[in-house]
Amino acid sequence: MSENFRSLETKFLDKTNRISFKYNGKKYYGYKGDTLASALLSNGIHLIGRSFKYHRPRGIMTCGSEEPNAIVQIGGTGSFTEPNVRATEQEIYEGLEASSQNCWPSVEFDVGGINNFISPVIPAGFYYKTFMWPKKLWYSLYEPAIRMSAGLGKSPTQPDPELYDHNHLHCDVLVVGGGISGIIAASISSDNGNNTVLIDDKNSLGGSTIFQDDENFKINDEISSVWLNNQIKKIKNKKNLIIKHRTSLAAYHSYNYLLARENLADHKSLNERSNKLRQRLWKIRAKKVILATGAIERPLIFNNNDRPGVMLANSVKKYIDYFGVRCGNKNIIFTNNDSAYETAISLNKKGINVSIVDIRNNSSSILVKNAKDAGIKIYWNHTVVNTAGYRRIKSIQIMKMSEDGTNVIDSKINLVCDNLSISGGWTPMVHLFTQSGGKLKFRDSDQVFLPNVTTSDQISIGSCNGDFELDDVIKNTISECKNFLSLSLTDFDLLKVNCPKQKESKNIWLLPNDKPLGKTKPFLDFQNDSTAKDIKLAMREGFRSIEHVKRYTTTGMGTDQGKLANMHALGIISETAGVKMGTLGTTTFRPPYTPLTFGTIVGRNVGTFFDIARKTPMHAWHENRKAKFENVGQWKRAWYYPMDDESIHQAVQRESKAARESAGILDASTLGKIDIKGTDASEFLNRVYTNAWSKLGIGKCRYGLMLNEDGMVYDDGVTTRLDENHYVMTTTTGGAANVLSKLEDYLQTEWPELDVWLTSVTDQYATASVCGPNSKNILKKLFPKVEFNDENFPHMSFKNAELDGINCRIMRISFTGEHSYEINIESKYGKSLWEKCMDEGKEFNITPYGTETMHLLRAEKGFIIVGQDTDGTMTPIDLQMDWIVSKKKYDFIGKRSLYRSDTMREDRKQLVGLLTDNPNEVLEEGAQIVQDEKKQPIEMLGHVTSSYFSPNLNKSIALAVIKNGKKLKGQKLLVPMKDKTIKVTVSDYIFFDSKNERLNA
Amino acid sequence: MFIITCPFCGERDQSEFSAGGEAHIVRPKQPTELSDDEWADFLFMRKNIKGVQFERWNHAHGCRKWFNVIRDTSNDKIHAVYKMGEKPPTK
Amino acid sequence: MCNLKSLNIQYLSSNYEKNMKNNYSIFSLLKNSLSYHENWHQAWRDPEPKKEYDAIIIGGGGHGLATAFYLAKKHNMKNIAVVEKGWIGGGNTGRNTTIIRSNYLWDASAGLYDHALKLWENLSQEINYNVMFSQRGVMNLAHNLQDVRDLKRRTHANRLNGIDAVWLTTEEVKKFCPIINTSPDIRYPVLGGTLQRRAGTARHDAVAWGYARAADAMGVDIIQNCEVKGIKRYGDTVEGIDTTKGFIKTKKIGVVAAGHSSVIANMAGIRLPLESKPLQALVSEPVKPIIDTVVMSNAVHAYVSQSDKGELVIGAGTDAYVSYTQRGSHDVVEGTLKAILELYPIFSRMKMLRQWGGIVDICPDASPIISKTNIKGLYFNCGWGTGGFKATPGSGDLFAHTIANDEPHKLNASFNINRFVSGDLVDEHGAAAVAH
Repeated sequence: MSENFRSLETKFLDKTNRISFKYNGKKYYGYKGDTLASALLSNGIHLIGRSFKYHRPRGIMTCGSEEPNAIVQIGGTGSFTEPNVRATEQEIYEGLEASSQNCWPSVEFDVGGINNFISPVIPAGFYYKTFMWPKKLWYSLYEPAIRMSAGLGKSPTQPDPELYDHNHLHCDVLVVGGGISGIIAASISSDNGNNTVLIDDKNSLGGSTIFQDDENFKINDEISSVWLNNQIKKIKNKKNLIIKHRTSLAAYHSYNYLLARENLADHKSLNERSNKLRQRLWKIRAKKVILATGAIERPLIFNNNDRPGVMLANSVKKYIDYFGVRCGNKNIIFTNNDSAYETAISLNKKGINVSIVDIRNNSSSILVKNAKDAGIKIYWNHTVVNTAGYRRIKSIQIMKMSEDGTNVIDSKINLVCDNLSISGGWTPMVHLFTQSGGKLKFRDSDQVFLPNVTTSDQISIGSCNGDFELDDVIKNTISECKNFLSLSLTDFDLLKVNCPKQKESKNIWLLPNDKPLGKTKPFLDFQNDSTAKDIKLAMREGFRSIEHVKRYTTTGMGTDQGKLANMHALGIISETAGVKMGTLGTTTFRPPYTPLTFGTIVGRNVGTFFDIARKTPMHAWHENRKAKFENVGQWKRAWYYPMDDESIHQAVQRESKAARESAGILDASTLGKIDIKGTDASEFLNRVYTNAWSKLGIGKCRYGLMLNEDGMVYDDGVTTRLDENHYVMTTTTGGAANVLSKLEDYLQTEWPELDVWLTSVTDQYATASVCGPNSKNILKKLFPKVEFNDENFPHMSFKNAELDGINCRIMRISFTGEHSYEINIESKYGKSLWEKCMDEGKEFNITPYGTETMHLLRAEKGFIIVGQDTDGTMTPIDLQMDWIVSKKKYDFIGKRSLYRSDTMREDRKQLVGLLTDNPNEVLEEGAQIVQDEKKQPIEMLGHVTSSYFSPNLNKSIALAVIKNGKKLKGQKLLVPMKDKTIKVTVSDYIFFDSKNERLNA
Repeated sequence: MFIITCPFCGERDQSEFSAGGEAHIVRPKQPTELSDDEWADFLFMRKNIKGVQFERWNHAHGCRKWFNVIRDTSNDKIHAVYKMGEKPPTK
Repeated sequence: MCNLKSLNIQYLSSNYEKNMKNNYSIFSLLKNSLSYHENWHQAWRDPEPKKEYDAIIIGGGGHGLATAFYLAKKHNMKNIAVVEKGWIGGGNTGRNTTIIRSNYLWDASAGLYDHALKLWENLSQEINYNVMFSQRGVMNLAHNLQDVRDLKRRTHANRLNGIDAVWLTTEEVKKFCPIINTSPDIRYPVLGGTLQRRAGTARHDAVAWGYARAADAMGVDIIQNCEVKGIKRYGDTVEGIDTTKGFIKTKKIGVVAAGHSSVIANMAGIRLPLESKPLQALVSEPVKPIIDTVVMSNAVHAYVSQSDKGELVIGAGTDAYVSYTQRGSHDVVEGTLKAILELYPIFSRMKMLRQWGGIVDICPDASPIISKTNIKGLYFNCGWGTGGFKATPGSGDLFAHTIANDEPHKLNASFNINRFVSGDLVDEHGAAAVAH
């Protein structure tokens, strides 16, 4: 294990910066710039994890986001832990801890490996066919066992110590992908005056060309990597261009709305993460989008193609040419095309043993000639039929292919190796294109799906558009960009490009074998262990659409979302069925392109910022007074004010008594307030409330009930006529926004002829409601100039007044049944108004009370709370509020619905009072009410909507809605609880001061 | 998320708007004269078209104006916007 | 997308009589393993439509296939077809978050959904297909005082209706699902919740496939890639359907087309009280078991469970506009995850693996329609909104009853179309019960 596989100098790593990290508890070293995968490979480690179903040993396959196998748990077991991180993307940092997943006790010796031996009995979809008998074992044994084996990594168990951020970005042109075509496109775009953004998911630009040192690839007579390196230097200084590294495009929605994740900290050691900002989500609106997302190499599908040490050929090239790491000492390349020869040549040049198995008969490519010239052994027309080696590949067996490629012939050849680099051609990354709504076409010559029709303003360039050769990439990138950006000339028009051309290629989705398919394991989806035979089994069982096959076999459902598997699944389906590839369609590519951290999606909107908390101007006073708060919509309302160690019950009883006996004060600032102006304001109110408004005098207040168009109670509140054409409406706290938008809706769309203007003034006014027999005395002290006698200032009327020179609106209205005033003042004076009320009220023992006491006091009076005593199924008639429904008005919102057959039924649920036989027994709100407990099925008549112990009546009272309630007054009913049954009597719903004498007391 | 061109404010992100359902369902002037069926039709029945649909949107987090949008519900493409009371563009 | 079915592939066609002989069990698995699983029969046939059926079900989702199954099994109708424009189970059946519960408020809803729940409890055995019904319990959380009242009201109603829902205090919530953040200091603290233990989840694809296989075995023709282009009527009576595979004659048409119900209704010349809206859901990457129940929270809009693969399955909300695109706006997903992290801060470093959208048909009262129409022989089963999966067996059973008898079963009598005229709605919205 001590052998060092980092044999070479490389300019891409900082070799002066040696970094230590831990893998499965053991310390290793790598260099700044290494991925975890390259660092592990440099230490000779290939075995990374275990597969999902069969727990087969799996190693590093790729060098990018398509990696299905090398996924690890990062960050130890503490709060920084993260499951399912691709080792091929994770950059190492000092102190990084990584461990293998889905194995116990260790990745070398995994008990779950037994699944591999029973694999013949557990093909795709086996669980649908069994675990049904005996039924009870499903719950006690089968299901728990299935659940136990679920999952790969482990969820964090502590809150996230890091922060996330959101940022909006608007640009003319967004270029996705910093390979050679993306760099050229970004250059062209920014040179021509477009605000351009180039994003790339790696820590440096250049794609695969940046480590292309082969003499055969030249641009303007320079080696392609040299040319590209100069271009990268140039674009870094461009004015119109923003370059974002370590930023991966997550989702491409319609209207060119894109989400990109910028990684700010995952490559840094914990000490370096001082500002705690981990990732940023960019929300991008681009006028135009250029996709240059590249292509990924395809594997080949043959028996036991999943062993650690089996890797994609181009990745092996990147490890040697970019990271300076050799993936083995004895390498075999297994290919069906020319591109893998680049890997062979690279290895050979560096003196590493390599040979080639090629399923083709020959190729006239210059690359092949170079390989031959270098003396690399090539087995033409051969295929791999088996591999050996449990934790690392040790050898392969190859056989000659029959003429038609459907069979193998002659004798097996055994080849020893410690790395098998496979290449099955290339798949353009069209995911983002299809996410945006684009439709694909199929190119037969090399069996690829390519962008075809799109509705958004975008193009795809480079290999994601099916150009796999350097000269095509450059030529087409330039011409596509010119066309897309309406340019006639670019700096790149005269580029001279030389490169080898792809010659003969041969594609076989499932390679032939000497054994029957049933005896082999040719893996398609390496993470989920689905094999070619699973695909065939699914088809045999009648699953035909690609979506069915995918779901039945779980192919493409892993954390890589089938980036490697899906094409082969399609290929094998079409081959098996004898259907032309391309007529099958593809599975849907769903966002995100690579898994996106929840925290990143949420950004700063966590904790305190989860939702705004609306606080009244008096909030600080309530806090100071140790009030308990209740959430009502977004508002924080004082719920009750416990003194010393009072319980909620004690506090509410005290507050309620004080309000009735002397004086209470409530912060009513949260009630919605809508300012209504215009010559048709009265008519407007006539139409939106059930009662009549035209005759309301100036300076008078009136209670109104608002219905939905379906006749059900929607909101209520008092509206005051301030002037001929000026009203102020109050709404419920929770309903304010909805009421305003509903009123605007009617005004603008149904009754545009009305001259009415609505403005929300909820936040502009603070409201203190002072009630009780001494409220008048307190108001007199506050407003010595105002006459408070009943003639001058009667109940349901309003006065303007001044408090220390500040204008106030005083409404004499009551929600408690007491003599009561609501004082409205500009918000910024709210707290001083409150304090003045407290000061002046001190001699009357003015007692602040919260929403709970307010609810109790109004319940004593039988006043409803919309949303508590109503639930969207109550009409005003049901609430016994017939008096407020105008018979004379021709129309109002919801009127017609009151005359439907069901809404006119007499036995609807109706609001009543309930008294418990035991006056000390307080009913539970929400409890159901029945007449006959024994009847089966039991008939529920209704439920308790509000229930309190009334200190003023010294007994329990409740409001309820009960079927046919109006007629049941005086009747005994039952409230069956879990452990007892409570006897109740239906009563009037007004319990206290039914003659309203206290209003003028 | 789409971009909606508010006829009063211009292009804005969809998140500024709230949807108000099918457009041109006129509230009957004389609801009391409708049968229960006709009233139910007004109240609840919707075309719910797959394809080009006329609908109402409100610039809720902007100018608070309601207006009409012609949108293809099969691909969310917006063909036109026009103010309340205006006739829909013919093309 | 082209489907292989039309291509008449030789080896794929075997006759269906063999079908159920291929009984699924551990023994059949063992036996078939000896022949490398090469002798399994197809789960359902791939027939061309006949000229005429006694009944045609439009829509091959779970509800449609269940309807066909119960028509064949309980009403002895064998000459029936299910026509599906894409692949079976490809709509909302395969896109939902698989929550199953019956703790609804109103008697009508409770009756309907508990009937379904009882069928779920024996479904795997009934159709010989393991739908992996997992009774891991469903919790609904309360976050404000009105939530508490509403959920207690619902729990009392459930108890009296014989549904096993109980009220939990905040401490009991924490005990049942320790990873929930029950701190009183969060923006909307958990004030308690309800728990229905019989509730849970099931494997959604298996429901469609299992019903399809069982229905097929009784002779039901399941015709995929067959899009309905028109409903033929003679006066007020149905005569058949025009499809991409030609005209098919029938006297009874049951429409179970979910988001596309209005499209079919328009073909028949009737209007429905429906709007089709995008509903989104997402899953995380798979992790080892971390949450062993289903938790729903209406007030902050977050619900989550963990699949048997280990993915966190998270349901987002609907957008407010009509759309048939099967995609919604990102804001909705962001809003849901915001709520998830409020309640489960430990999930902050988890990653979203996949998100998707479906089209849900929503009634104004958030309750479904399982009903006859004014056209003789035309029946609709629609309006399930965001919560249809849980009803699948019950919906199929009751719709089959309605079609076979030309009148509703007492359990679905309330869910008629006429309620929108009379005003007798089953308002699960207004009652603040979660409609998921």
